[in-house]
Amino acid sequence: MLEIRGLSKAFGGVKATDNVTLDFAEGSLTAVIGPNGAGKSTFFNLITGALAPDSGQILLNGVDLAGKSPPEIVRHGIGRAFQVASIFPSLTVHETLLAAVCADQRRASVLHRRFPLAETRDRAEHTMELLGLSGKRDRTAATLSHGDQKLLDIALALVLDPKVLLLDEPTAGMGTEERWRMIDKVKELWETQKITVVFIEHDMDIVFKIAPEIVVLCYGRILATGKPDAIRRNEAVIEAYLGTEHHAGAAI
Amino acid sequence: MTELQAERAAMVPRSQARPQRWRYLDVSIALAAFLVLAMLPMFIGSKALLDFVIRCSAFGLFATSLNLLVGFTGMVSFGHGMFFGLGAYSFGLIMQRTGVPVPVAFVATLVITTIVAAVIGAICVRLKEIYFAFVTLAFQMLIHSTILSWVSLTGGDQGLRGGIPRPAFFGIDLTNHVHLYITSCALLVTGLLLMRQIAQSPFGYTLRMIRDNANRASFVGIDVWRAKLTIFVLAALFASTGGVIMALFVSGAYPEFAYWTISGEGIFINMLGGVTTFLGPMVGTVLLLILNDTVTRMTEYYGIVLGIVILFFAIGLRKGLMDFAVEWYAQRRSGPAERG
Repeated sequence: MLEIRGLSKAFGGVKATDNVTLDFAEGSLTAVIGPNGAGKSTFFNLITGALAPDSGQILLNGVDLAGKSPPEIVRHGIGRAFQVASIFPSLTVHETLLAAVCADQRRASVLHRRFPLAETRDRAEHTMELLGLSGKRDRTAATLSHGDQKLLDIALALVLDPKVLLLDEPTAGMGTEERWRMIDKVKELWETQKITVVFIEHDMDIVFKIAPEIVVLCYGRILATGKPDAIRRNEAVIEAYLGTEHHAGAAI
Repeated sequence: MTELQAERAAMVPRSQARPQRWRYLDVSIALAAFLVLAMLPMFIGSKALLDFVIRCSAFGLFATSLNLLVGFTGMVSFGHGMFFGLGAYSFGLIMQRTGVPVPVAFVATLVITTIVAAVIGAICVRLKEIYFAFVTLAFQMLIHSTILSWVSLTGGDQGLRGGIPRPAFFGIDLTNHVHLYITSCALLVTGLLLMRQIAQSPFGYTLRMIRDNANRASFVGIDVWRAKLTIFVLAALFASTGGVIMALFVSGAYPEFAYWTISGEGIFINMLGGVTTFLGPMVGTVLLLILNDTVTRMTEYYGIVLGIVILFFAIGLRKGLMDFAVEWYAQRRSGPAERG
């Protein structure tokens, strides 16, 4: 499905991503964890074209996407939601999704017809229902709560019908209850939509509870990959990231 | 999202997804407006009024096209006036030197504008915010300087002298004042209708996405550069049409048409009328021209009066007149419901 081969990116002398090689199987749910500055967001930026890699390959079903622009990569089927909700403040929820479907259907430049196009309605409606945003369809994005803005950000990625969905800290800035609601929603989307989901998360309770696969990054390199139990026991991970206290707690 | 972003979102044109049938309503309103304007000379014989409407047509097209960039796409151009001047000079020169029919010269002017706007736009639209604003201004000054220095072609600081030939076509004689007036009104109404269609099309919503969050728009699959270049060229075409109307009106073209003050007036018109409604710039045009005509008659300190008016709108209302009116009306409508 998504194969990363020897991906590297340096900023001056700092190697933000250092020869990363990873495979994400079709339909998998993977958490990417690591301490601050580990290169998690850079890793997402490289996959989605926000940054051009210095070397390496990003293969989606065998097609190399390395160095392509974000619109090209989106059209190949990699969708992304951001750490800070990245939305269109003056558009309503409904308009946002309708306009995104227009773009996905290569109708973003249509001049002779009126918005919204009839053929974009079903996908927008379906995505609003999936994310529980139907009741807020006519609210402008600027007036939504933080949690709903994050959901709209995910909806924007999901409405493009991606093969791979990258979620950069979907629970960032949320309270405890809201975090669990969000992560339950992410898991529900993964289960119902049968897409490959990769998400960055700092809350270890969430990661160990829902992620079948975990990738640990540290200083731009892969420190460990595997199932939650294996990661929990990995000495290098404990030393670099989880710390002895968590280890003791986990052991208990 | 920050409070600043939320506040900005409230300041930009509100998008309203209109069903297809609204297009027919727009066409009906445009036709009605044209008929009213066209019949005006039958009831009011004032030449000054017709002159006023012709000038409104020229500047209205120019200012509304600027709002496609400023209000709908978030591209504040300080050099949009170059296309107004380019339209006037291209049309004037073609008519003077080739003697082709007016429609041919008009189409040729649009072709020239498209080429020039595509080249300038390809360079400018890569830039953001203040850099975009100043590079467009730099191109405007370049075109203005070219007009001044290429005396053999443009007449330099004297402008295109000797009048612009306006041979009759399809029974329309543009040397006739009423014919010129009706043609200007037709160009204005058609231009506004086309710009309205652009604003309400899927492309119009693509522009709104770019204005709100260009980075996110690219992650939705939108080629931001191409969309910005497209609207830059389209806006230039309408500004150029405004220049053609002006050239026909004064039967000439002058360096002032391409000077930076024209762009400044465009921005000022948008501030006066407001950028959050489609007709805001048109209202701003009427206001500015009324101010222009009355204040210059009353005092020589025109600049001071205009400055006070700008301050009133910028600091007092903090929005254009149409923005204020629409907001006031919305509050008035929602008021009883909230109380109920």
